Amino acid sequence: MGFFKKIIDGLKKTKQQIGFKLNELFKRGIFDEDFYDELEFILLSSDVGEETTVDIIDQLRERMRTDRVSDPNKAYGYLRDVLSDILGDEKMNPSYPCVIMVAGVNGVGKTTTIGKLANIFVKQGKSVVIAAADTFRAAASEQLEVWANRAKVRIIMHEEGSDPAAVVFDAISSAKSKGTDVVLVDTAGRLHNKKNLMEELKKINRVIDREYPNADRKNLIVLDATTGQNAIAQVDIFNEAIDIDGIVLTKLDGTAKGGVVLAIKHDMDIPVYYVGVGEGIDDLMEFDAASYVEGII
Amino acid sequence: MAAFSNLTDKINHIFSKLKNRGALTELEIKQAMREIRVALLEADVNFTVAKDFINQVTELAIGEEILKSLTPGQQVIKIVNEQLIKLLGSTQSKLGVSSKLPTIIMMCGLQGAGKTTMCGKLAVYLQKQGKRVLLCADDIYRPAAIKQLEIVAGKAKAGFFEMGQSNPCKIASSAVAYAEKNGYDTVIIDTAGRLHINEELMEELKAIKRTVNVYETLLVVDAMTGQDAVNVAKAFDEALDITGVIMTKLDGDTRGGATLSIKAVTGKPIKFVGTGEKTEDLEPFHPDRMASRILGMGDVLTLIEKAQVAIDEEQALQMAKKLKESTFDLNDFLQQFEQVAKMGDINDIVGMIPGASRLKLGDKKVDEAQIKRNKAIIQSMTKEERANPKILNYSRRKRIASGCGLQVQDVNRLIKQFEQTRDMMKKVSKTKRLPF
Repeated sequence: MGFFKKIIDGLKKTKQQIGFKLNELFKRGIFDEDFYDELEFILLSSDVGEETTVDIIDQLRERMRTDRVSDPNKAYGYLRDVLSDILGDEKMNPSYPCVIMVAGVNGVGKTTTIGKLANIFVKQGKSVVIAAADTFRAAASEQLEVWANRAKVRIIMHEEGSDPAAVVFDAISSAKSKGTDVVLVDTAGRLHNKKNLMEELKKINRVIDREYPNADRKNLIVLDATTGQNAIAQVDIFNEAIDIDGIVLTKLDGTAKGGVVLAIKHDMDIPVYYVGVGEGIDDLMEFDAASYVEGII
Repeated sequence: MAAFSNLTDKINHIFSKLKNRGALTELEIKQAMREIRVALLEADVNFTVAKDFINQVTELAIGEEILKSLTPGQQVIKIVNEQLIKLLGSTQSKLGVSSKLPTIIMMCGLQGAGKTTMCGKLAVYLQKQGKRVLLCADDIYRPAAIKQLEIVAGKAKAGFFEMGQSNPCKIASSAVAYAEKNGYDTVIIDTAGRLHINEELMEELKAIKRTVNVYETLLVVDAMTGQDAVNVAKAFDEALDITGVIMTKLDGDTRGGATLSIKAVTGKPIKFVGTGEKTEDLEPFHPDRMASRILGMGDVLTLIEKAQVAIDEEQALQMAKKLKESTFDLNDFLQQFEQVAKMGDINDIVGMIPGASRLKLGDKKVDEAQIKRNKAIIQSMTKEERANPKILNYSRRKRIASGCGLQVQDVNRLIKQFEQTRDMMKKVSKTKRLPF
């Protein structure tokens, strides 16, 4: 299954809901206040958020006015352009060796994402070691171990309740001695308003910087596509703590649209790198703005 | 955070606009309502639900009642708040008991909602009511899910049942048979997280429900869920006829508008809210609190909560300083006991200090009665004794013991415990920097 097909399939339910309405809306060919009102609610209902929705509509309005558009297809294309422009098209593109730390709130799919990322790197012929630095949640390491086995990569684990920074330290030492290309760091889920836990995350981040200064660094935040406007606060605070490079948007195989990533890119200029579209090891793909927008509208 | 303060500002702005007017016209009410609708959307209330809600409130507000009243603005606010509370339902944090034991509770929901953690919390909650609870591992898909539930069951001191990756229906019925045989009166079935559109897996839940006599079907939902909450709740309710909803992760800063959406589309009661990662972090659902949270009017309440956290942090900071300067005395020890109830046990507090987790403090798990006794002992000391424990000779100890109605040995034990804690914490603060 090709990339486009898969991501479009993942968003199919979304499209059925939103796209259908949007189509109807554009087909009428009347771009009056009712049209914009309806468009506003459609965007809001895909979790885009008020501020960004208003901006999208303003941009669309502007283009429609200057070009005096009355052709529905052209108008539809304009909307697609506005959304794609906001999302941009950035890839993670690490240089090697690199350390990729994966963070996020509880239950968004960090561990699963690590497993899938490992698989992606292995397929690119890179060597990978996983640091099981979620030492808090019951059986988190065991869960990750299963993924490590599936992707056929090494994993460094300590016992439950041990210091996560120590796990990372060991994984980095191992990577250095074996010349491993990629260190993937899984971290415990933490709500961004828990100060102590955010401090712990900063500490892990510092340990990586200190122990492996010549490695490329990427810090990813995993967002659940079903999450609403709280995702903005999540990215904001994690970014403040550890400088987030990019987003992994998971669970796009449901009916949720994850439209909040538009707001996040719009407000904070943090791009989406990957999207998760299922529970299989191959169900993680590089984000492609055009097909994402295609999937939504 | 921007979005939230924005929301609060906006609501306050609307309300101040309303407050500043003597009388409101229909048009003005509609104007205000439009802004409230946007505010609800920002709180993740589903847009159809928000629309309906606004229409309903508008109808009520444009009545004579409001126009005749002296402060129409305040009345509008009151109506909005009251309607929201009404819609959210009542405090119904009760779980039913089946006439034919065991009572079977099935947990369901999307991936990552917090079902497994919630199983442990419900077990603790029910055990406090004298129930004997068995947790049944029926998530056969997620790697290590069984192991996670086993650990959760251990922490909750509940029974645990698993059959590896066999058929989920078979696991459920075997768990019930096991419960009957071993005197458990409640079985909580932890099912795999699944998408509401995955027909095959939704069928599996229906099959479990047909196989065993499920009394409570609880939908576990992440409070941070956005617009999609309605689709999820509707699908689960239609497939399984759920008996209640549990909202999780409300210890975050989310507005939790999903709660309103779910209540509106299913009509099923919100039974509990999860407010943390510990097995005790389960609270009854309070519609009034949720309403002010969604509206962003809970500022006063939130502020109180935040002040609470800030005080704890301040105290912790002082404690760290004292440790460094080795002036940790019995006053601080007493303070620690007082904080224990708030912050969890000493093991947890020490566990947050890097490097300390491996140092065994295990045997010093404190129970409430013990805390009370220890507090009484310290409170029976003079100020001087508390500040300088070295002067506690036998006659002083004897006086303290009779003062608090305990034995000298008890006083000795407390002093020893104090010394151990002080030494241990000193060691920690020397080896590693404290995270404060």
